[in-house]
Order: sequence, then C-alpha cells, then structure tokens
Amino acid sequence: MKLNFRKTEEYFFRLVMLACTVVIVAALLVIIFSILKRGLPSLSWEMISQKPKGGFYFGKEGGILNAIMGSLYLAIGATVIAMFVGVPVALYMNVHILKRKYMVNTMRFLLDLLCGIPSIVYGAFAFTIMVMIGLRTSLLAGMLTVAVFIIPIIIRAMDEVLRTIPRGLMEASLSVGATKGEVAYKIFIRQSFPGLVTALLLSFGRAIGDAAAVLFTAGFTDNIPSSLTQPAATLPLSIFFQLGSPMEEVKNRAYAAAIILTLIVLLLSVASRYFSRRYKKHSIKF
Amino acid sequence: MKERPIGPKIFSLNRYLKDRVGETWMIIAFVMVLLLPFIVGAGLYLKSRILLQEHSIWTLLVSGNWNPQKGEFGLAPFIVSSLWVTALAVLIAVPVSLLSAIHLTQYARKWFLNAMHPVIDILAGLPSVIYGVWGVLVVVPFVKRLAEWFDISVSGYSILAGAIVLAIMIIPFILNILIEVFRTIPEELTEASLSLGATHWQTIKRVLLRKAVTGIISAVVLGVSRAFGETIAVLMVVGNVVHIPKGAFQPGYPLPALIANNYGEMLSIPRYEAALMLSALVLFSVVLLFNFASRIAIVQFEKRV
Repeated sequence: MKLNFRKTEEYFFRLVMLACTVVIVAALLVIIFSILKRGLPSLSWEMISQKPKGGFYFGKEGGILNAIMGSLYLAIGATVIAMFVGVPVALYMNVHILKRKYMVNTMRFLLDLLCGIPSIVYGAFAFTIMVMIGLRTSLLAGMLTVAVFIIPIIIRAMDEVLRTIPRGLMEASLSVGATKGEVAYKIFIRQSFPGLVTALLLSFGRAIGDAAAVLFTAGFTDNIPSSLTQPAATLPLSIFFQLGSPMEEVKNRAYAAAIILTLIVLLLSVASRYFSRRYKKHSIKF
Repeated sequence: MKERPIGPKIFSLNRYLKDRVGETWMIIAFVMVLLLPFIVGAGLYLKSRILLQEHSIWTLLVSGNWNPQKGEFGLAPFIVSSLWVTALAVLIAVPVSLLSAIHLTQYARKWFLNAMHPVIDILAGLPSVIYGVWGVLVVVPFVKRLAEWFDISVSGYSILAGAIVLAIMIIPFILNILIEVFRTIPEELTEASLSLGATHWQTIKRVLLRKAVTGIISAVVLGVSRAFGETIAVLMVVGNVVHIPKGAFQPGYPLPALIANNYGEMLSIPRYEAALMLSALVLFSVVLLFNFASRIAIVQFEKRV
C-alpha cells in the first residue's frame, strides 16, 4: 500500500515536472511565433532601408533605419566604454587583490546589487545629472547611461570565467618574472578570451534591448545621428511608440520592427555560442 | 663568452610604464565601480529631499492620495501595484523553474539538457519590449478570456497580465541558477538515499531540496529584483490606472511605469520630480534590502547544513 502511494507520487511529479519544462519551451515558441505571425506581412525591404518620411507615424511610407542605426551606434559605443572600464576591474579582482578575500567579496556583493538595480533607476539618475551639467538628450548621454548599466554585467560575467583559472597559471607567470599587470593583461585575458567574447555579446544584447535607460537620455529623432551630441532613436523605443498608435498600419510596423530586434538578439546568441566554442581551443588546458 | 645584458631586457622603462598605467587604470575603474551604488543612492536621496522635508517618509509611502496638482504625492497605489505584480510573477515563476530544473538535472537525458541551454539563453536575451509586444498580442486577450470565465468583464490590461509576462521574463534567470545549483550537489548523496530504498522523488524532496536551499534563495532574490524593476514590458500590459488594486484582474500602476510615463515632462514641477525620484529611491532600496536579506539568509542556512 505504502509503496503504491510512493510510486504514484513519483509518476505524478515526473509528469508535473515534464509539463513545467514543456511550458517554458512552449513560451519561447509562442513568443516568436506570435510576433512573426503579426509582423511578417508588414516586413519589407523599405522598412529597414529608409528613414521615416513625412507622415510615417500615420501609416505613410518610410522605414525604421533611424532606429536600427541609432540602436547599433548606441549599443556598440556603450559596450566599448563598458569593456574598457569593466574588464580591468574583473582582472584586478582576480589577479591583484585575489588574496584580500574581504575586498573581493564586498565588491562581488556590490556588483550583485548593481546588477539588480533596475535600468529605469539608472535612466532617471542619469537624466538628473544631465540636467545638472546641462547636457541635452544625445547619443553620448545614452551611451554613457547604458555603459554604466552594463558595466556590472560585464564584470560579473568576466569574474565568473576568471575565477575558474587555476592559481598555478599566475604563479608560473610570476615566477618567470612577469609583473602582476602583465599576468592580468597578457595571460589571464588570453586564457579567458572565450568568456570575454561571451560577456561582450551578452552585454551588447542587453544594451540594444533596453528601453528604460535610454528613454530620457538618448531622446528620439527621425534622423540617423551623425555626431555624439545629436539625439538618437532606438529600436525598442521605436517599437514602443509605434505600438501606442491607434492606427493599424503603424501597429503592424511595430510588430515588424519587433521581428528585426528579435533577429538581432537571436544572431547575437548564435554568435556568442559559436565564438566561445571556437576560441576555447586556444586556451591552455589543465 | 659574451655577457648578455640582462638588466634592461628584463625590466625596461617601457615595460615599467605600461605596467604602472595599466594598474593605475585598474584601480581607478575599481574605485569608480565601488562608489557607483553609493553615488546613485545619495543622488536619489538628494533629489527627493524637498519632498521628504515637507512630509514624513511614512505618510508618503502609505498614503493613497496621488494628486500632483494639489501637491499630494502618496505613493501607495504604485507600491501596492508593484508588490502585486512582483509577488504574482514570482509565485508563478519559482515553482515552474524549480520543477523544471529538477526535471532537467535529475531525469532528463543529457542531450535534452543541452538542447535547453539555447532556449534559456534566448529567453534571457529577448529584450523586454519584445515581451511587451507578446504580452499585448497574447497575454492580454488571454487574461480577458480568463476573466470572462469567472464572469468578470475587464479589458485584460491587468496585474495578472503583467505578472504572467514578468514570470516568463524571469524564468530563464531563475532556471539558470537552479540548474547550476542542482548540478553541483554531489551524486553520492542521491546514490546513498536511493540505496536506502527511497524513490527518486523522495530523494529530491528530502535530500536535494534541503541541500539546494541557499541556491534557491539566491535564485528567488534575483528573480524578485529583476521583476520589481522591470519597466517597459510591464508598462505595456498592466493598464496604468492610479488606484490601489484589489485583485489580479484589476489594472495597476507599478513604480517603474510611473517613472517612465512621467519623467522628463515633469521637470518643471520640482515637487513632482522629487516624488518620481523618491519612487526611484524606493526601487533602489528594495533591491538593496533584498540583496542584504539574501546574503544573511544564505549565511544562516550554510551554518545549519
């Protein structure tokens, strides 16, 4: 009798667990399918090759090239800035102050906190600073804001990879006369290269997809920004604004723009898998 | 034999300079990142100070009167909405990801787990605006129909819609941590339990879950802090009506949506701006609080196990 109950329980939970996994996979498929279904009919070459023309927001011709280019500029700039700040910090934590456990742990805690701060808070905070120093909404302001919000993500991702590098590698390098700086910038960075690429692509994806941080800082425009001080349109905001329109054509365009954004993100995901596999060959095995 | 010039080769000035510059930049960057949370916190506090001087923080947080024209800035409707949406989302997301993580690590074949990784990555990588679009297309009509089933007539733009969208958004993050947690539990524990005659599910219930508590806590905290601050996706489906919501089918107006909808235009009114900054400060403090709480909880549990 007892055994029977246990067996039923086992089967029951197995079924529930399987159902949960299926739900997760199904959710992804439904998201992609529903957006494709609504967006594909309005997706055209015109949409991705032209800037909005007069009356674009009333369903007339034009495209969202401004948003695509704006998003790319913004995300690339932010990722580069974040890389130059974030990677040295991750290296510093894992090479220079490796033995000061207290400092490293405090930093990891603060990084967790920073990763948890919503991007809207960064956006609102950056906006007050912009007002204070008299900076207008611009590509530069957007880049800096997004950079600040992806720096913790890059550091955390790099830190995870750097932590797995055996101590022996550092000790060997130090014993043949390398300085700690050289260990960090020459040895550790090479050993963690696949991780670096993944971290950069991950944060690039976050940068291109985030709407809340650029809402007040990058502004919105129908032109492609030609300098850092001009405002820049971004894809997520473009989707958001078009979806708010009461007109059916404009709404459909928002779905088509959503397809473009999804494709960019999917491409990034595939690329990060490919690169991390490809560069793994070059690191030293232990 | 000619003597090799060891000195300058090994330690040239160039190398020394490079090393100094590289290390100085490291320290500068490290200190900048270290100070960032304090600067953000202090900045938000300074900006919301005008309001805090006039009213006590407690009245601002629990008062339900949101009337910017009359100078009443009760944040309660927004805080309650945020709590509703977050709590519901976590209630949906945690059991699903927990069961799925157990299934993937304990029962599923290796290839299936490997096939799940891209799925999780893509779900985690999809921008929030995409989730918002999906929410408007699928979840809102679904909630509307669900409500009709209960004989309630609503638009579908509701707390529940926001919670469902959020749940799907945070599942990949929670699932990712949980898979890692279950994977690192030593296999001997499972084997010992099974050899004593326990069924697989009993082993999971009595052994694995107990061992995984700390991991589960940190996964939940991550989910909560992500859900609490999510802006665009929630904003698009939650309805944005200023009132204290009393049920899952009612519309709400969470804190991030309040900031996103009103910032920028409201700069001309200093008190309004202060109120929005105060809500940003509330978001910040909640994330801070949760991080501390999870740290303490993890330390406590690690002592016990």
